[in-house]
Amino acid sequence: MTPLAAILVRDMRIAIRVGGGALIGVLFFVVVVTLIPFAVGPDLPLLKRIGPAILWLAALLASLLALDRLFSSDHEDGSLDLILMSRAPLELVVLAKGVAHWLTTGLPLIVAAPLVGLLLNLDAPAELTLVVTLLVGTPALTFIGLIGAAIAVTLQRGGLLLAVIVLPLTVPVLIFGVAAANAAVVGPAPFGTPFTILCALTLASLVVGPFAAAAALRQEME
Amino acid sequence: MAIADLANPSRFLTLANRSIPWLGGLTVIVFAYGIDQAMLAPDDYQQGATVKIMFLHVPSAWLGMLGWGLMTVAAFGTLVWRHPLADVAAKAAAPIGAAFTLLCLVTGSLWGRPEWGTYWVWDARLTSELVLFLLYLAVIALWRTVEDPSRAARAAAILTLVGAIDLPIIKFSVDWWNTLHQGASVFRLGGSTIYPTILMPLLVMAVAFTLLFFTLHLAAMRNEILRRRVRTLRLMQANAVS
Repeated sequence: MTPLAAILVRDMRIAIRVGGGALIGVLFFVVVVTLIPFAVGPDLPLLKRIGPAILWLAALLASLLALDRLFSSDHEDGSLDLILMSRAPLELVVLAKGVAHWLTTGLPLIVAAPLVGLLLNLDAPAELTLVVTLLVGTPALTFIGLIGAAIAVTLQRGGLLLAVIVLPLTVPVLIFGVAAANAAVVGPAPFGTPFTILCALTLASLVVGPFAAAAALRQEME
Repeated sequence: MAIADLANPSRFLTLANRSIPWLGGLTVIVFAYGIDQAMLAPDDYQQGATVKIMFLHVPSAWLGMLGWGLMTVAAFGTLVWRHPLADVAAKAAAPIGAAFTLLCLVTGSLWGRPEWGTYWVWDARLTSELVLFLLYLAVIALWRTVEDPSRAARAAAILTLVGAIDLPIIKFSVDWWNTLHQGASVFRLGGSTIYPTILMPLLVMAVAFTLLFFTLHLAAMRNEILRRRVRTLRLMQANAVS
């Protein structure tokens, strides 16, 4: 097994086992979505109208949850030092950790999203566009989040700072993700344009995220 | 004097102490002339006197972006050239840039109320400017969270470089999307679309704001160097006692 595959498998194992955050993320996602109808009232047309936005916001918040432990737990038990000393390029290691994070927190959300969408009165086309936009957009959230996780790695209360750093950077993803997801709900709104921009954002974050996060880790651990 | 000579904080302090009064005096003079010109400028044929908000709004928007630009250059200075004053410059620029960005947002919404009928719209220019303000606050929060200044500097530098993506988005937001905010009017191909009697006071005010920015920035850098010296002295004192 190559070092990168080993790190991917290790991170996924840690996330799934006791003490990992994988299933808590989905639970958080479902709880947040369930809270919204209590706040705005059980008005089904309104919930249908704002449903994609609610699901996107909940996914954004849920993907933040496990991020603050992504590097800091490795830092505490010393494995981050081993990773930094290993011959595998740090950027690719960070990429592998990001993929593992997305597979354990992003992907379960996407599986749960259609079920939760039913509660928000979304019909089949709306569910489909929502799932497609989440599938394309949530990796961007993870890889932008990596930067914040790496910057906050050695901090005592990094979680709060992480949210403050990461959330402004995720604004474009949220805008175009919700715009594309709304296409099936709000009638003749275009789907293609926001969706292609969302794809571009994900691809750009795939490049920028690991490089910036790796640079931050090198600087922090000097 | 080369930029490498300024690496010595004592030499920088001497230069700062000498130039801050002159720069401050020049700022006051240009501001006096600029405010006078702005008051004498004719009212807009549609907007009336509210157009005068522009003399505050546009320069503060430019300076808010200049602040982040300066922090971006300083971030390279911290990460690449390891210039000892780069992180001082970056740290000192953040609150000043945040203040100008806030001023831009506030004057903009006060201007928007009579002209657009609303204090705020979620269009691309306004949203990207608000994101810039939030990024400023995030950088300031980062500076205040990490205790060791050099470690805080490197973390803030990386966040600054990533956040610099927002600058071209702000600049070109009015071209890329249909926004309620008007398009580029001053710096555009084919010359400015603003009438000279209003453009000239605007440019004078922009120079005045820039001078104000650099005066405040020099003073803030001086304070930051002194603050670090106090910190070092305290640490030495604590060591001596123990």
